[in-house]
Amino acid sequence: MRDPRRAGPDLMIAESALPSSVDATLDLLAKHGYFAERSLATVVFLSLRMARPLFVEGEAGVGKTEIAKVLSAALGRRLIRLQCYEGLDLASAAYEWNSHAQLIAIRLAEAAGDTDRERLSSDIFAERYLIKRPLLQALEPDVRGPPVLLIDELDRADEAFEAFLLEILGDFQVTIPEFGTVRAAPPPIVIATSNRTREIHDALKRRCLYHWVDYPSAERELAIVRSRVPGISAALSQQVVGFVQALRNRDFYKNPGVAETIDWAMALTELDTRLLTPQIVGDTIGALLKYQDDISRMQDDVVQNLLKEAATDP
Amino acid sequence: MAINHFDSPTGHIADNVAGFARTLRACGLPVGPGAVIDALKALRLIDIGNRADVFSTLQAIFMTRHDHAPIFAQAFDLFFCIAEEGKNMLDPVQPLDQARKPPPSASRRVLEALSRPAITSEREAPQGQEMRPSVSDLEVLQKKDFAQMSAAELAQVTQIIANMKLPQARLHTRRIRPDPRGSRLDLRRTLRGGLHTGGEIVDIHRLGRIDKPAPIVALLDISGSMSEYTRLFLHFLHGITNRRGRVSVFLFGTRLTNVTRALRARDPDEALAACSSVVEDWAGGTRIATSLHDFNKLWSRRVLGQGAVVLMITDGLEREAGSELAFEMDRLHRSCRRLIWLNPLLRYDGFEPRARGIKMMLPHVDEFRPVHNLSSIEGLIAALSQAPGRHGRGAARGLNEGHYARSR
Repeated sequence: MRDPRRAGPDLMIAESALPSSVDATLDLLAKHGYFAERSLATVVFLSLRMARPLFVEGEAGVGKTEIAKVLSAALGRRLIRLQCYEGLDLASAAYEWNSHAQLIAIRLAEAAGDTDRERLSSDIFAERYLIKRPLLQALEPDVRGPPVLLIDELDRADEAFEAFLLEILGDFQVTIPEFGTVRAAPPPIVIATSNRTREIHDALKRRCLYHWVDYPSAERELAIVRSRVPGISAALSQQVVGFVQALRNRDFYKNPGVAETIDWAMALTELDTRLLTPQIVGDTIGALLKYQDDISRMQDDVVQNLLKEAATDP
Repeated sequence: MAINHFDSPTGHIADNVAGFARTLRACGLPVGPGAVIDALKALRLIDIGNRADVFSTLQAIFMTRHDHAPIFAQAFDLFFCIAEEGKNMLDPVQPLDQARKPPPSASRRVLEALSRPAITSEREAPQGQEMRPSVSDLEVLQKKDFAQMSAAELAQVTQIIANMKLPQARLHTRRIRPDPRGSRLDLRRTLRGGLHTGGEIVDIHRLGRIDKPAPIVALLDISGSMSEYTRLFLHFLHGITNRRGRVSVFLFGTRLTNVTRALRARDPDEALAACSSVVEDWAGGTRIATSLHDFNKLWSRRVLGQGAVVLMITDGLEREAGSELAFEMDRLHRSCRRLIWLNPLLRYDGFEPRARGIKMMLPHVDEFRPVHNLSSIEGLIAALSQAPGRHGRGAARGLNEGHYARSR
């Protein structure tokens, strides 16, 4: 089988750039603006060192996708993103043959009077007619080191697609019947995420390290907001985070994630807000809550109470 | 850097990790033998003196779903409980001594798993089978009304219902597969076939859509008049929720509650407990119209999108049935593929739809079925397996002609 994947000297240098301990991983992530819990840093470290895919679950907006983005930036690797959706199949996820170009090639061979079937078949199914989609791209060697492959929102793809992923996540290879098996010599760093709208099959999880990402603690969220929204004042950021944390304790249909907290903090700084008032909360709540039934629950007295709770938070 | 305890002559770590894996397995977590090897590899990479890191590491490898987090945490604490200060985390541990009392919060499953070797439980299994009802018992159970069953009979029926399979009418999806009668051209396979004939395309290969079961949305009445049936239906719905995808379950009495997530817990008791903790109006009054209004407004677009079959389980005894009820029923009927009303009142031979609420609802359902005993539930399953006709005249017509489904 053709296997063009070789580890060049560059790859070896990149390998050594992986963090050497849990603490180093924690620092590396923090340096790039991702303030992770120690437990998350532990599994990220293990996933890098053991070359195992990392499967992260959690509510929307807790920073699952961000892990892959930050890892790619921190390690200087290419980020390859596969967004999953219902009906996603092999052709859009891994590879497809450029059938039109192949047809033309057959016609040309015919016109030239070429009747050697063996040669025709190896010409037609050559790499240049292969359209590479994210999964196949992720197996290719890269001068910067194996890429970071983000398989985002796996729960949106259907079960049949998971079965196909087993080969990729277990052995880091794709088998193309006409072409051969493409294997990644140094495997890519794989991060798969799920919002848990449905359960992912155990067979797939077994090939991965598993981690549940929770909403961040107040302290961590404050660090995130201050690093992501540079112009924000200490008092406002404290208030914003206190308010969001108090909000998450109530039973809303969709609790705001960290992404929403950042959006809201940005909106507030845009509006030159010094301190939160019920008025300004009411005007900007759309940045935080995305469901009408949640927004309609935000009556004046609820907002007042939340502001009071936010103020008493350490 | 990691402290290396692996070369210690006693080799406790491998034993402990394997023992811990056995404990988890006994608690119901799917832990395969490969995971133990992975865990040992991973423990070499971290500082195993750090309890939190060991916890995160073992969790990342042995746990595959968030539901298991509490069980994992309890098992970890109990298994490694003697490895407190001064001792190394992975020093040899004895199987838990019952005299040394574990924290009361630990679930029974964890304690049972820890207090006896796994082999014993396997040997005990055959005894459990003798609990199964005999054939003649089953015949009686088939026809007996749920409301008249003893606790023991209910327990049996619950078990049977929880194990019922639900074959389902199938829907087209967006995924495709080779299909000789499909509507799309499969260029890839066509070209491959063409190579055998020197580039001349003789056979045209085609692609067709893949089918999969239609989503099910259940609306279950939990008001006082339905109380004898609620628990059984919840078991039934829990069974199908866990066995196939795309099932949504809502409970309503005076208000509507979505319990789909609560029902996803594997363990039926845990799932039902989770349901009751989110529902505020068990066995109270009924306000079908308001509940349906909420469903139509808040949920129908999210859960009925892909041609869902709606199971409406209620006796239809509504105190204040007004024109809104008919309006909301009509709306619901129009937004789903098939609306099946399951009504335990149909067990009475002389049943006639006299109650105002029932009269309001009946014109808007496709099927009207009894659900008061096992055979009627089996009938329901058979009905769901049929090809789903797009709704229309349905039960309203059936009722006029006097031959709606009846099992007694």
